Amino acid sequence: MGLAYEFDWGVLWRQPYGLWLLKGVGLTVIIGLSSWFIALALGIFIGTLRVTSYRILRFIGTFYVEVLRNIPLLVQMFFWFYAGPMLFGEHLGRKINHINELNIYVAILCLGLYTASRVAEHVRAGFASIHRDQYQAALSTGMTQMQMYRYVIIPYALRLIIPPLTTEFLTIFKNTSIAMTIGVAELTFQSYRIDAETFHGLEATTGAMIIYFFLGMAVVKFMGLLEKRFKIPGLVGR
Amino acid sequence: MFDAVARNFWFLMGGLGVTFQLSVFAVSGGILLGMLVGLARLSKRGWIYHPITAYVNFLRNIPLILVIFWFYFVMPILMGQAIDPFPSAVISFIVFEATYFGEIFRAGYQTISKDLINAAYSTGMTYWQTARYISIPIAFRRMLPSLITQSIVTFQDTSLAFVIGLQELVRRVSIVDNLEVRSIQLYGFAALVYLVVCLVGSRISRHFEEKGRKANIL
Repeated sequence: MGLAYEFDWGVLWRQPYGLWLLKGVGLTVIIGLSSWFIALALGIFIGTLRVTSYRILRFIGTFYVEVLRNIPLLVQMFFWFYAGPMLFGEHLGRKINHINELNIYVAILCLGLYTASRVAEHVRAGFASIHRDQYQAALSTGMTQMQMYRYVIIPYALRLIIPPLTTEFLTIFKNTSIAMTIGVAELTFQSYRIDAETFHGLEATTGAMIIYFFLGMAVVKFMGLLEKRFKIPGLVGR
Repeated sequence: MFDAVARNFWFLMGGLGVTFQLSVFAVSGGILLGMLVGLARLSKRGWIYHPITAYVNFLRNIPLILVIFWFYFVMPILMGQAIDPFPSAVISFIVFEATYFGEIFRAGYQTISKDLINAAYSTGMTYWQTARYISIPIAFRRMLPSLITQSIVTFQDTSLAFVIGLQELVRRVSIVDNLEVRSIQLYGFAALVYLVVCLVGSRISRHFEEKGRKANIL
């Protein structure tokens, strides 16, 4: 093997590259967290639609999930970024295109919409694992359908699905890397940029990998604490 | 309505061909390596179990795009010459997807109960006969739906080879869009193509799931 390559790990901390990576991590965390809120709120809503007794609502929920899960995130990202503004007509579209840092907003929205479809599936599975009696008991106390979901079923289901949601939370941070394709300067983008400047992409991407790894560990730790805090006594024994 | 797609139809279909080619390599390589990874994850020998487990846990925390870049940077150093995006992408996909396929295989192997194996032995079957006629066919049928699902995910993932300039479907769509500026129809078309292929795939997966449930093996 012709190992004529000279490693230069200094690109990980030497200025300005160290600062680039740091800024990248910041943006990755911001995008991940913001889109997670959209995904959680919308995902719970759509997951609930899929189990209601109204056929039309179930159809809307299923349609949403099937479409968003079966199109690669990259294609969705490009669609919202390049075609999205055009959907609002020429005049309004041009205005939208002039928004400062539009790509960051598009990335957050796109990632939120996409992850919502995955969260919805877990929510639906959570509902399905709740026993029929639980629903009937809630209704028999005089609650309406709305109240039953709001006060009994959703809080119950959410605790049951914390473990699968941990995986999704992890995935959303990994998926923020796709935002680089529309020019968002998150962590992967910055490591690629370092390569363009120094030709030491190997060191830069290795460094970025390690950062993602620790970010993932932090997420798992955090969700583990959450799981312990909201454990239903005597139910999910580990 | 689809005028830009129509004008560049064969160019785009060529991209879809590359997408399928990459998918076939990624899925078959990922499954082959994944079988071994799954076995290693159940191994009682520490020197096999620990390194493979570390490999799986590490890669599952890392975005695929970064893995694609990493191999694209490391391959020329190892080979001592510039390398095409396609083989580089194939290697990154196999190494990455094998961790996911590996977990499916591990779960599949684990569903085979000790009783079933013992029953096979008690009829006088040898170790290899038991594997060949009892455990592998049953485990395979149980894993099939998950394997298909992961293959669909891999098919979608191949779009990420875009970032190293591989001319698969999405890259070609973006090339055409740069010339024609018909973003809605072009990206809409790409979305539709992926949607149709993936929906067909998940239908097949569901078919095997139902079949398994009817045969009472799941």
